[in-house]
Amino acid sequence: MPSKLFSRRSFATTLAAGLTALSLPVPAFALTEASASSLVNEVVSEINKVIASGKSENAMIKDFERIFIRYGDVPIMARYALGPDARTASAAQLKNFTSAFQGYISRKYGKRFREFIGGSVTVQAARKIKAGYEVRTKVKLQGQAPFDVTFLVSDKSGKDKFFNMFIEGVNLLLTERTEIGSMLDRRKGDIDAVIRDLASAG
Amino acid sequence: MNKFSRNMLKFLAVPLLAVLTACASSNPTPEGGGQVYDPYENTNRAIHSFNRGVDRVFFRPAAKGYVTVIPRPMVNSFNMFAENLSLPGQTVDYLLQGKPKEAGTTLFRFVVNSTVGFAGLADPASDFQIPRADTDFGETLHVWGFAEGPYLELPLYGPSTTRDAIGVFVNLFTNPIDFAPTRPINNLGLYAEIVRRLGDRGLYSDTVDSILYDSSDSYAQLRLIYLQNRRFELATDDEDAYLGLYSDPYSDTGTPVAPDLADPYEDPYAE
Repeated sequence: MPSKLFSRRSFATTLAAGLTALSLPVPAFALTEASASSLVNEVVSEINKVIASGKSENAMIKDFERIFIRYGDVPIMARYALGPDARTASAAQLKNFTSAFQGYISRKYGKRFREFIGGSVTVQAARKIKAGYEVRTKVKLQGQAPFDVTFLVSDKSGKDKFFNMFIEGVNLLLTERTEIGSMLDRRKGDIDAVIRDLASAG
Repeated sequence: MNKFSRNMLKFLAVPLLAVLTACASSNPTPEGGGQVYDPYENTNRAIHSFNRGVDRVFFRPAAKGYVTVIPRPMVNSFNMFAENLSLPGQTVDYLLQGKPKEAGTTLFRFVVNSTVGFAGLADPASDFQIPRADTDFGETLHVWGFAEGPYLELPLYGPSTTRDAIGVFVNLFTNPIDFAPTRPINNLGLYAEIVRRLGDRGLYSDTVDSILYDSSDSYAQLRLIYLQNRRFELATDDEDAYLGLYSDPYSDTGTPVAPDLADPYEDPYAE
């Protein structure tokens, strides 16, 4: 059976290539617990590199945005954060919202990178879930008790990417959906106005 | 804990708390995902504005001043001191929850840190790998089967639920330290707790500021974050409930997915 052969070969490739395999376009069925975990490790090391670079905050935020696009499934995250309005929005609105959302998230969380200096992330467990893989980690920051961070990874975009994160049980995507929902309420449902607001938020 | 002892606990608890908890146990409470039960939203929002005002003019500047003036290791020490003072009370809560092992390690932690740890200012217990304690009477009520109840924002204290508000109130009177025959100051635990909160407000200033002052609706953000985090804390030693945390109520926005306990996550790709 060709498919069986192919999947066995891709398994071997993954083993042999290790981390580098992740940066290549991996076939959709190649996502495993191990590759989901190494994706987490790879992102953590990328982020640590940015922190160690000692660049200005704005430059770090730009770097973080690049990491976010490369490892995160930004369109699905933006779509989820927009909520039911995503279905009535035009293609252009959705596109503009996604890019505004991407900048907003990068600024909002990129600003907080300092808190990760000297921190470490240890992968505890990974398992298959319907939407992809769940990777549970323990995060240790200086002078704080360790806390739980869970990453959700999927290959439904065609590549292995993150689509959600839970910090001590707090669902990042749901929190942002609530925030965007408040913004929409304030603008009486005007998506274009929210897109403009997002450009300066975070 | 087996069913019998749980029922026993419930039986013992009922007369003790019948009046206090009547409101908490009579409401059907959604506990999954980010579900919010907030029938007192108008009152809560008024209290939230008050709390935000107090934070802005008093607590935030005081906390920023505190962590600027006092060196970080001393702030950490005061936090440890406050935590240590709360340990006998937490031991009582673990006992009430039917967890003698946790009660034992918590008491041991208190003894080690109170002696070797300079009255609790240091934390040698962590160096000896004695697990940290993290419980309260709100958790005890949860273990006894009381429902979460409506969301509440308490004046000066912050986000809570009916069940946790009762817990906070009861915990004011359940720390054995407050009944010690000789104690340096009355309500020492309470003052230490206020100093600890001041330290946390100062140390995590950016995080708190981003929720209280940078979000579009700080009330809704704080409510969601508190409820999710609290449910996560309460569920960590109970895998089933822990899994249930990830179910999401926004099913109207996506293709309905059959409930599946083994796979609790919502799939945004299905929308």
